[in-house]
Formats: sequence, C-alpha cells, structure tokens
Amino acid sequence: MAERMPAGTGSGQPVVLLEGVTRDYGRDVVTRVLKGVDLRLAAGEFTALVGPSGSGKSTLLNLVGLLDRATSGRVCLEGVDTAGLDDTALTRLRGRSIGFVFQFHHLLPAFTALENVMLPGIARDGRPSDALRRKAEEMLDRMGMSDRLRYKPGQLSGGQQQRVAIARALCLGPRLILADEPTGNLDTAAGAQVFELLRRINREERAAFLVVTHDQHIADRCDRVVELVDGSIVSEHAPPPA
Amino acid sequence: MPFEWFVALRYLREGRIQTVLILLGVSTGVGVIIFLSALITGLQSRLIESTLGSQAHVVVRPPEEMPRLLHEGRVEGTDPAAVARNLAPGDEALAVRLEKPAQRLRSINQWPQVMRDIEQVRGVTDVSPLVAGSAFVTRGEASRSVALRGIDPERFRRIIDMPEHMAAGTFRVQGTEAVIGTGLATDLGVRVGDRIRVLTAGDRADIFTISGIFDLENKGVNDSWVLVSLKSAQNLLDLAGGISAIEARVDRIFTAETIARAVARRTGLVAESWMAINGQLLVGLRSQSSSSTMIQAFVVVAVALGIASVLVVWVVQKNREIGILRAFGTTRGQVLRVFLIQGLLLGAAGWVVGVGIGTVLSYIFAGLATNPDGTPTFPVNLSWQLFAGTLVMALGVGLLSATAPARRAAGLDPAEAIHHG
Repeated sequence: MAERMPAGTGSGQPVVLLEGVTRDYGRDVVTRVLKGVDLRLAAGEFTALVGPSGSGKSTLLNLVGLLDRATSGRVCLEGVDTAGLDDTALTRLRGRSIGFVFQFHHLLPAFTALENVMLPGIARDGRPSDALRRKAEEMLDRMGMSDRLRYKPGQLSGGQQQRVAIARALCLGPRLILADEPTGNLDTAAGAQVFELLRRINREERAAFLVVTHDQHIADRCDRVVELVDGSIVSEHAPPPA
Repeated sequence: MPFEWFVALRYLREGRIQTVLILLGVSTGVGVIIFLSALITGLQSRLIESTLGSQAHVVVRPPEEMPRLLHEGRVEGTDPAAVARNLAPGDEALAVRLEKPAQRLRSINQWPQVMRDIEQVRGVTDVSPLVAGSAFVTRGEASRSVALRGIDPERFRRIIDMPEHMAAGTFRVQGTEAVIGTGLATDLGVRVGDRIRVLTAGDRADIFTISGIFDLENKGVNDSWVLVSLKSAQNLLDLAGGISAIEARVDRIFTAETIARAVARRTGLVAESWMAINGQLLVGLRSQSSSSTMIQAFVVVAVALGIASVLVVWVVQKNREIGILRAFGTTRGQVLRVFLIQGLLLGAAGWVVGVGIGTVLSYIFAGLATNPDGTPTFPVNLSWQLFAGTLVMALGVGLLSATAPARRAAGLDPAEAIHHG
C-alpha cells in the first residue's frame, strides 16, 4: 500500500524537484503557460501527468526533460539545480539522466534498431564500443526484439518501433524516464503490451517515470496521478485501487 | 568511428538524391577548374617556352650614352628664330640644342668581374658574355643583313639550349666556325661545311665555315642570327677584349624582373628582363590568367551556393531528427560537426570525381588537334599543384558552404524541433 502513496510528499532526495516553476511565452503579449508548479518525482515512482489539451503538460515535460528552461523557479535533477548550467552541461546531464519515449517513437529512419538504441551512448562516449553494443542488444532482447536488431524503423510495426524507442530510452540506465503518450499511437493490444513493459522496467530498474497520458485506464494503473489544469497542478493523488 | 563521422556518413548514404546532387555540383566545378587551368597553363607554358627558347631571361648592357650639347648661342629679338618664339626686339634668349647620340657599340668595363657579380645575385643560375652587332653575310651573289653574335659556347648553351635545337651539324664555334639559323641557310643556299663571308660596318671581314644549322622555332632568329666565337666577333666588331652584353638565366622565370632590378643596382648597368622586353606578351598572359581566375571564382561561388542550398533543405527535412539527437544528449557542437563533416566529405568525394572529369576532358581536348610533329595544338598542363590546389578549394568550399546549414542545425531548439519538426 505504501508503494502507491504519492511520493511527491516523501522525504529523501527526489530525482526531480520543481519549485515554483513558471514558463512564459511571447514578448509583446506574454502568455504564462505554467503558473508556479511544484513537483517531486522519487526514484521508482511511476507518475501519470493528466490534463486537458493546452493545460501545459508538454511544456512541463520539456522543462522536466531539460529541453527547455523555466522563466522562473527551480528545476533540479538528481540534486543539481539546472538554472546555472550552460547548454552543453545541460545536454550532458540530459543524456546521462533522462530517457525519452515519444508518442510517435521518433526513431531515426537511417539507422537500424540496434544503432538507434546505441546512438545516445555513442553521442555520450564519442564512439561506439563493444560494451555499448552488448548493452543495446540486451535491452532489445528484454523488449523481445532480439530478432529485429538489423531492421530499420520502416521495416517494423508500430508496437515494435515503440519497443525499440523504449530500449533506446533505457540503454544508458537513466534515473528518469519521460514518456509522452507512449501508447497513444498504438492499438489497444499493442498499447497494453507497451505499458506493461514500461511498468515492468520501472519495477526492475527503479527509475522514476513521468507519463503524459489522456488514457484513464493507464492513469489508473500508475502510482500517482498529477492533474494539470491551466498551467497549475490542481490535484495529486493515488489512483483508486483496482 | 567517432559519433559525428558515424552519423554524417549514414546521412550521406541515406540521402541519396541530395548526396548525388551535391556530388555532381562539386565534381563538375572541380572538373571545369582543372580542365580550364590545365588548358590555360599549358598554353601559357608553350607560349613562354617558345619565347624564352631563343631569349635570355635577363640581358645586361652598358648604360646608353647621355645626350650632349651640340649648339649654344644667343638669339637676338630681331632674329627670325626669335620672332617665331614671340621675343620682342631687345629680348635675348639662350638657344641650346641637345641631341641624343647614336649608340655606338661599347664594352662593359671589367666584364669578367661584372659577370662574377651577376652570378652572385640570388636567383641567377647562369651567365654568358655576348658580343652583338650588325653585319652582312655574303655568299656568291646573295647578301643578307644579319645579327652577329659572338658567344662562349659552353656558357651560351646554358642560356639557350642550342644542341637541342640543331637542325643539322653540331653546335660548335671554334676558330672560324659559325652556326646559323635555318632561315638564313635557306636564303643563302648553304649547308653544313659551306663557307660564308661576314662583313661588318667597319669594313672588317672574315670567312667562316658553317658547322651547324639551328632551328629555334622563331623566324626572326632563324633568319638573322650568326653565332661565332667571342674572339671572332670582337675582331669583326672592333671590340677587342670587350663584350657588349651579359645574358643571364634565372631559376624562376617570373622573378626575372625583380632579379633584373637587383642586377642593375649591383652593377650600375642597364638590366632588362624578358618580361620588360616582351611587355605585350606578359599583358596577354596576365589577361588570360585574370579571366581564367574570374571564371573559376564564379564556378566556386556557384558550387558553394549549390551545396549550401541543398544542405539547408536537408537540415529542414531533418529538423525533428536533429531535435531527437539533441534530446538524447547530443551537444550543439556534435550536431555542428556532423554537418561540417558532411560538407568536407562531399567536397573530398566531389574532388575525386572532379579530378577524373577534368583529367579526361583535358586529354580528350589535347587529342583533338595536333601539330605536324605530333604535339598537341592545345597542350594541357596537369600538375600535382593543380590537383592539390583544387583539393584545398573543394574541401574549403564544402566546409564553408556547410557552415550556415550546420549552424542552423546546431541552433535548433530541441523541444520545438521534436514537436513541430
């Protein structure tokens, strides 16, 4: 039961800590998309981020994923306040600590499944290595894709592509996985399989997961549900027991 | 393989149409530049070679004699000459008449020492004494005005490669031997072994045996030169023990003018380079080089714009992928280098193909028309310097034209690129 308690209020160093985060867009006409968001994500916690379209979910995800910078407030990742980091340091931290899973998988079509999984590691190390290759093969094997290593994304089904994208997100052992509607582009069966995969990895790897979803069934199966409306978190709760 | 090379090579392989388009652009540009340069430098070399085949690079002479005062007197205002100059009666003017004297043949003072001095000038490789003057050659009824040239054969052959240009006989001017050109030999109807009489303005004459007939591929020279020994020419031209000029050869022909100035400063004599003597030729060569450089510059600009525009489109097409690479920890610097490497690789590959195109074109063109002796009418000059130069150019153009697209790619906002492509 304690596993399903909201971790945002727990003690210890969170993987992600947001304090009073705002994000404005526009110069002449300023639009405040996020209005003082506080959020904590603990290791091993599987959090759903829900809310209507335009509520600021993608903006929040970009800020947590260090793809964007807050207008004000603090964004800390693994205890590092990211405000003072330059672009290169931010990129390195992102590559080391965060894995992304997108709705449309976003695999690079010019590379094979194995190469797609290895790419973040090659970018980090500067060149490929046998250890990296073995790790990527292992991750694809865990995704049930060991027989598709040399396939290019165009030769894979939607579900298979998303599995490769998950393997890519996990290959470097990140402490945080950000998933933007990971099952949104899949049919029900493939979506369920992919979600189960994410949940299993969450248990095995103890990484923090933040999953943006419109699917209530998925939200109900997370540890915590954070609801964002008009740029503010309006509720944080554990989903009702199944 | 480093990350940047890995990604750059893969993108080039996958983007076949763009890659082929850019390669076509670069290789055509390199091919045109190689062909044009090879042709123009070939033609220029041929022209210079034929000009310098019968000419020293630098000729040193005694300074011209100064004008001298011929008449000095007072002019009264009533003189007709004074009226013509608007002088009023009573005015006086000084009338002076300066006349440039006819240049007589004069010797260079202490010429052995001067020759040694010229040899010391940097860039001078060989020097040769010369006694040159006008003369008449007669043979039977035939008589021709000629340029008599007394030479030291051992030194002179290092200035002009005479043995290489002998049409008959040998290049030898010992005692009363003479070597003449093919034109003069035809005019006089003489052959090797025949005798000719050489007569100078001072009524000095001598009989010479023709030891050789040369062809320097220059009609004026072939028709007029009579080469004899230094001593014979000194006797005929009344220049006992003296010489009228020193001819020099330099290591790099286009430095001849600078070297001539250095020689003039050092010796106090008049030194003329082949460049000054053949001013028109040089203007022609320079104009040819300028127009060739201009065409090449336009080709380079066109190629650079072509590469840049295709790469810019490429970057736009790959916006989302670049955003994803950035999301997974690829730094701006790495993205920048991926595209710069693509530019470099395209430049290098385009150069390889372009060298092939340029070389084949050059040989085809050279083979289109030939002279009677089998040499090409349009000689081409393919040198390693040309290939190296175009390699540097291709790499530079590739790198430079990739800079703007690469900067654009590196500057992409990853969140924006992923969501909006």
